Amino acid sequence: MMAGITKIDMAKTGNEAMAYAMKQINPDVVAAYPITPATEIVQIFAQYVADGEVDTEYVPVESEHSAMSACIGSSAAGARTMTGTSSQGLALMYEMCYIAAGLRLPIVMSDVNRALSAPINIHCDHSDTMGMRDAGWIHIFSENPQEAYDNMLQAVRIAEHEKVRLPVLVTTDGFIISHGMERVATLPDDEVTKFIGPFQPGTKLLDVARPITVGALNFTDFYFEHRRALVDAQAAAVPVIKAVGREFGQKYGTAYDCIEPYQLADAEYAIVALGSTCGTAKVVIDQLRATGVKAGMLKVRVFRPFPASEIAAALRGKKAVAVLDRSDVLGGFGGPVFTEVRSALYQQAGAPVLADYIYGLGGREIDMEMIGSVFAQLQDGTAKPDSVQYLGVRD
Amino acid sequence: MSLKKYQELALGGNIERGGTAAEFKTGDWRSLKPVYQAENCIHCLFCWAYCPDSAVHVTDGKMAGFDLDHCKGCGICAHECPGKKGAKAIVMEPEVK
Ligand code: SF4
Ligand code: SF4
Repeated sequence: MMAGITKIDMAKTGNEAMAYAMKQINPDVVAAYPITPATEIVQIFAQYVADGEVDTEYVPVESEHSAMSACIGSSAAGARTMTGTSSQGLALMYEMCYIAAGLRLPIVMSDVNRALSAPINIHCDHSDTMGMRDAGWIHIFSENPQEAYDNMLQAVRIAEHEKVRLPVLVTTDGFIISHGMERVATLPDDEVTKFIGPFQPGTKLLDVARPITVGALNFTDFYFEHRRALVDAQAAAVPVIKAVGREFGQKYGTAYDCIEPYQLADAEYAIVALGSTCGTAKVVIDQLRATGVKAGMLKVRVFRPFPASEIAAALRGKKAVAVLDRSDVLGGFGGPVFTEVRSALYQQAGAPVLADYIYGLGGREIDMEMIGSVFAQLQDGTAKPDSVQYLGVRD
Repeated sequence: MSLKKYQELALGGNIERGGTAAEFKTGDWRSLKPVYQAENCIHCLFCWAYCPDSAVHVTDGKMAGFDLDHCKGCGICAHECPGKKGAKAIVMEPEVK
């Protein structure tokens, strides 16, 4: 850590950590619908607004669809814009989320990963954010409240980078992180201001000296080119995410990357996971290592842009790998993480046996014993190549 | 005209100058066209005010015909036109007879 920066330890839930990051970012505009199905993040932020602790123009709209619409207008006008939601609320935003990305607006959104109806449920599940994995947003998962806080600060830099200019979704896991209180090392306000820097918008709708049109119609002659440009913007985000994560580490002690290997280099058996489950898995891996099992993990922090070649390289030479998917692709071939990891490994010589475990839907508990059983199946060969199993369901 | 490659396009499909709507010819799918009957015109300019496509030309405060590149043939001008003694100064005629 650089001399002179003293971090301040606070006890915060994931929601409080994200709201606190938003307070320190002090965005120009937050448009949100701060009731259920969203969690407390924007509600806590609304309190900061009411208490005069931020300069933000807070727009309480009538639905999530309107929240993202207002964010699009605000961001296109040239304002640093943030919002937050969860679950059904995010699903209601989907239509506008595609537009935010297509218009290249650097909106930063917090989302607490929670299940989608039906049946009605409020607990952790990655189905909500996986439902917008094709929308063009950068998609970052957090393992705990500390990462949620750190990711929010980095998200602003990534979204607004001149080579990227894409919206960023930062997620936590419903209840496990969102309502779980942990120690969070926070930065001083002025350090956050320095780290994120002033906003340099790429689109300034209110610049009357230079009138522009945003959201023009594209027919068969231009639509394809504009979508193709989005592909490049996602690719351009990879080095930016890495550079911002490195800089964060140099300045504040914890570096971030697209993936995080844990005991992976010499591992024979590995799991691939996202979010809070990675914390549990680390303990299981430590225990297995103590008994001589070469267990490891590949944590996927950034799901979009999907770090395919890095994942393929990190899993090269493993005997067997299990992907843990906290959402399903109904009617598809395994969960969303599995299908992408499998694609990344295809054509790779000596690719490991790859099995998918769909777990934890609707907040169903995943514990150390269950993760241990996955490692046991990888070792004894009951985890068959390309098999899709449901971990923890009554059958 | 060769169209730009994807790498050459403006951010997010923005159009980075004003007044470009004039370049988009909205009149090429018209099935009816307004025909001006000058002898019945009282130059009230209702047609100019009501036209949704700014397709009515006005010169020196007087009705001066139509911009048929942009007129989409909706007939609003003809509907609103008071004309003179019950005779309209704008009548809609089919594009193809
Ligand atoms: S509305 Fe009819 S009468 Fe009035 S200016 Fe137009 S054409 Fe002439
Ligand atoms: S027909 Fe419609 S578009 Fe054409 S000049 Fe009349 S009002 Fe305008």
